[in-house]
Amino acid sequence: MKKKDSAKRTLALLWRFLDGAKRYFLVSVICAGVTALADMIQPQIIRVAVDWLVGGGAGDPGRVLGGLALAVVAVAAVQVLSQYGFRVFETKASETLVKTMRDQLYAQIQRLPLSWHMKNKTGDIIQRCTSDIDTTKNFLSEQLTSVFRIVLLLGLSIGFMVSMHPLLTLIALIPTPVTILYSFLFHRKVHEGFLECDENEGKLSALAQEDLTGVRVVRAFGRERAEIQRFQKQNDHYTSIWEKMAKVLSRFWSICDILSGVQVMLVVVFGAYFCVYGSLEEGGYIAFISYNAMMIWPIRQLGRMISEMSKAGVSIGRVAQIMEPDVERDDPDAWDAPMDGDISFQHVRFAYENAPEMLHDIHFTMKAGTTLGILGGTGSGKTTLMMLLDKLYPLAEDGGRITIGGTDIRKIRTAHLRRNIGMVLQEPFLFSRTIGENIGIAAREPDPDAVRAAAEAAALDETIRSFASGYETMVGERGVTLSGGQKQRAAIARTLLTDTPILVFDDSLSAVDTQTDAKIRQAIAQRFGKASVILISHRITTLSAADKIIVLDRGRIVEEGTHEELKGSGGLYQRIYEAQSGRKEVGP
Amino acid sequence: MGTKKGKHLKWFGIGKILPFLRCVRGKLFVMIFFGLVGSLTDIILPLFQRYALDHFVGLGDFHVLVVFLTLYILTILVAAGSNYISCALATIIEMRVDRQLRQTGFQHLQTLSFSYFNQNSVGYIHARLMSDTSRIGSLVSWSLVDGVWRISYLIGGVVMMVALDAGLAAMVLSILPLLVVLFAIFQKKLIRVNGDIREVNSKITGDLNEGITGAKTIRSLAIEEKMVARFRDVTGQMRQKSVRASRLRGLFAGTMSFASSVALAIVLWKGGYLAATQIGTFAVFMSYAQGMMEPLRWLVDIVSDLVTTQVNIQRFTGLLEVKSDVTDTPEVIQKYGDTLSPKRENWEPVKGDISFRDVTFRYPDGQETVLEHFSLDIPFGTRVAIVGETGAGKSTLANLICRFYEPTEGALLIDGRDARERSQLWLRDAIGYVLQTPHLFSGTVRDNLLMGSPDATEEQIWSALRTVSADEVIHRLEKGLDTDVGEGGDLLSTGEKQLISFARAILADPRILILDEATASVDTMTEEKIQAALETVTAGRTTIMIAHRLSTVRDADMILVVRNGKIVEKGSHAQLLEKRGYYHALYSRQYEEEATARILA
Repeated sequence: MKKKDSAKRTLALLWRFLDGAKRYFLVSVICAGVTALADMIQPQIIRVAVDWLVGGGAGDPGRVLGGLALAVVAVAAVQVLSQYGFRVFETKASETLVKTMRDQLYAQIQRLPLSWHMKNKTGDIIQRCTSDIDTTKNFLSEQLTSVFRIVLLLGLSIGFMVSMHPLLTLIALIPTPVTILYSFLFHRKVHEGFLECDENEGKLSALAQEDLTGVRVVRAFGRERAEIQRFQKQNDHYTSIWEKMAKVLSRFWSICDILSGVQVMLVVVFGAYFCVYGSLEEGGYIAFISYNAMMIWPIRQLGRMISEMSKAGVSIGRVAQIMEPDVERDDPDAWDAPMDGDISFQHVRFAYENAPEMLHDIHFTMKAGTTLGILGGTGSGKTTLMMLLDKLYPLAEDGGRITIGGTDIRKIRTAHLRRNIGMVLQEPFLFSRTIGENIGIAAREPDPDAVRAAAEAAALDETIRSFASGYETMVGERGVTLSGGQKQRAAIARTLLTDTPILVFDDSLSAVDTQTDAKIRQAIAQRFGKASVILISHRITTLSAADKIIVLDRGRIVEEGTHEELKGSGGLYQRIYEAQSGRKEVGP
Repeated sequence: MGTKKGKHLKWFGIGKILPFLRCVRGKLFVMIFFGLVGSLTDIILPLFQRYALDHFVGLGDFHVLVVFLTLYILTILVAAGSNYISCALATIIEMRVDRQLRQTGFQHLQTLSFSYFNQNSVGYIHARLMSDTSRIGSLVSWSLVDGVWRISYLIGGVVMMVALDAGLAAMVLSILPLLVVLFAIFQKKLIRVNGDIREVNSKITGDLNEGITGAKTIRSLAIEEKMVARFRDVTGQMRQKSVRASRLRGLFAGTMSFASSVALAIVLWKGGYLAATQIGTFAVFMSYAQGMMEPLRWLVDIVSDLVTTQVNIQRFTGLLEVKSDVTDTPEVIQKYGDTLSPKRENWEPVKGDISFRDVTFRYPDGQETVLEHFSLDIPFGTRVAIVGETGAGKSTLANLICRFYEPTEGALLIDGRDARERSQLWLRDAIGYVLQTPHLFSGTVRDNLLMGSPDATEEQIWSALRTVSADEVIHRLEKGLDTDVGEGGDLLSTGEKQLISFARAILADPRILILDEATASVDTMTEEKIQAALETVTAGRTTIMIAHRLSTVRDADMILVVRNGKIVEKGSHAQLLEKRGYYHALYSRQYEEEATARILA
């Protein structure tokens, strides 16, 4: 029952993907039909010509033959047009389908909750978005249309053949079932062989990968020779498997050759016989040979098509798995609440999926326009706290409340919320574009001056200017590699440019030195006098100027107050303060 | 790098691949021979129809039916047999050429120096070794077998037509020059469009990748819509380009099939008189005239394939043309052997004195001089630590000691002699190297341990394991030493891998031991174990320790402090603290951080 349901849903999904492509598919199928019909007419013209010639030819040969030649050209013109139409519309259909699938998958991926992203591997998602889409496309555009064309071509040629000589048709068709069955069985069986080839190619590829990643170890241990031998062994093995496959495949092709050769021979010999005994005319004989030739290729393909169709189902299912999970959704009465109010966490409790509770009863309020410092160790839950504020992970119904200006964030539109919280993540991600584009990426209208000003505030302007192409320098995979500190500063500049009423710096100054850290904070204070700023850090110097500091330990607030209050409170904060200000007394 | 557009190699670069075909020369000839036989049978088969029409139907003479059938079946069998041989050989040749290319590439990579690996990502190199080679192999063998087949069929068909009726043949062939002109036009456009499609395709993959790996950032910046719009834009380009390509191809294929119908019409119109007397000749003429177009169409396809593959050939031969920065001189190779056939009998034992003599060094891919007239003696048994912040360039000295790079000026002396006077393998054989990110090779734990010392006894293995307290790890594993570690050792935890790689280095009993941030990626427990083992492990060796955490190197005989790639301070821990310089600042900061971490833990 369940299985049937999911198959139904997969089909519905497929139907949805076909939106916009259906009419193209329809046109292409019609074109294919016209082509096949035109294919059928050509031999008939020849037949008429031959019969006229053999019959002694009444009338002016120039006119009759010329007319028939013209007919050939005219039919050819129709054929060419319909073929062209088929190709173009089929491409339009399949490319529209691929585009729809890709776009919808991409949009879906952008909407799926972060928890989904954490659960799935990048490589796997990419494979679903590329090769599984291709397989699905091939199934719909190549295999389905091919099957349609093959059936049409077979049906029409057999029809014409029957109309000319039923008995000869029957004789011609003797090898057909054998060919189709053989081809089907063969392709089903050979599938395993291909799998073995793929597997061994994977192994070889992994060996190469391993060697390249471990190149230091290989060299340091003088292992080059052993590596070469290891690679050679698998290289030889893989090659030998393919050589075996080569023989199997070639045997298939040549047996098919024999079967179709016999089919042609049967037509040639029996056709001649029927000609002599009068049940077939010369023209019909030649036409018959043509129709028979048209059938040979489709018959061979049919078995393969049938055996390959089953594989497409797997791919569609894999694509569907991305489309099915629930996406982030706003509450129906969510609105664009003002974001410049007090931020308040009220008895917040949170646990990640299948994990013990991480945050216990977090309760505090920060006044609008003030600065809040958060101190806590690894795993104390400080980053999670910010994820919750940004709705990157949803708070459970019974998990307390987070409010901004008194509005529960569950009732604030997610995009609006995020657009108004400038969040600088711990491990910033830069896009592979120019550094200037990266800084301006979230701004509505990034102008170069604003980009430069933001970079300056983040103490990055000088570094960028030192690059040969300045703000046009490509970063990321295909560009220069920035150091950890430079990345952090680029991410800060990116956020500063958005001019948000709430700013969060999640340990984002850890990779820059103390002086730059101070400079950046000063610039932020200047530009964002009115913003509410949350600073997560280990550095007391970073936190000390905050209006309020909370200390988190194992998911609980253990201390709360100003620097002055906390530094003498005898708690965690004081101990850290002392450790960090004791630097002058460090000795051997 | 990027694809070098517009750069054309002579003959699509096939010339550069020829040496790799030598191993399949014999098979190539056999394949070509049977390809010719196959196409000959294709030319002959229509003649049976002609005979049937002219003799059986025309004259009603069935006398030779038995001979006819025998010959016919024989031809079918010969066709099938030669198809079998040439197709099987084409695949075999393809795979053997691939194998040869891959093996050559792989061997070449084993000789390349580190500057190549630092400048090119693993993915980039891997693609050259695996995918480029397979494209080259398949093109070479299949285009050859197809080419032989189709071109000989084309020639044979033309010959047959001329033989049957020269005048009619001339008329049919008159449409050829027109087609050639059309080809040239289509060809160029097709190549351009194919190039465009490849480019857009790689953009799609790139964007997809970014959209997934950058998910969190995209969310927090609330730029999903922008990203989706951008992606739609790229996929839209893809559709547009693909449709454009299909228009071109459709137009081209249409022209071809129209031309073949025109040929047919010509035969019908001008050759009709044949039918009156020789209906068979007439019929067979038609089939040749139509059959000519297929090889011509193939020609256009193959040229665009060749253009595509030219890029693969360029990339692959480009890899082979890269020369190593670090090579042994012929004299050295003669005495010490090379990496593949070392002459261990001529190797002097290594003592373990290292000295840098007036070394100036620049990385081959960088402009900055990182060492300038640097001299340092590291006598045997010394423990030298190199410290500094992440990314400061601490590994430079280790790289030079291992001869992963050569000094730009000056010399590295091993036991008082210039390192270049002996082979790389001789030196590396005496060095044990433990890396920050431990790397194991797929195989068992034992295989990995024995890497540097294939003849070690069971007892030696366990003693090495005990020294670095890795024996517990092995006991915990289900199959002990025979446990499979998985690809890159991934079935084990990083800590486990690090301990094993440590034991691997110790087992080889190296005179020189290099620990390159060996404890940076392990948990505290493992780190403590390794720290405790250091005293024993470093005894009787020259040790170079590269460390980020200063607390781990306090006991070193000498500490070198690196900042921005350069050595800024030098001395013992006490001396350096006394100085109150950069080391002192670093040490204080780390002390603070570690204290903070301890309090928060």
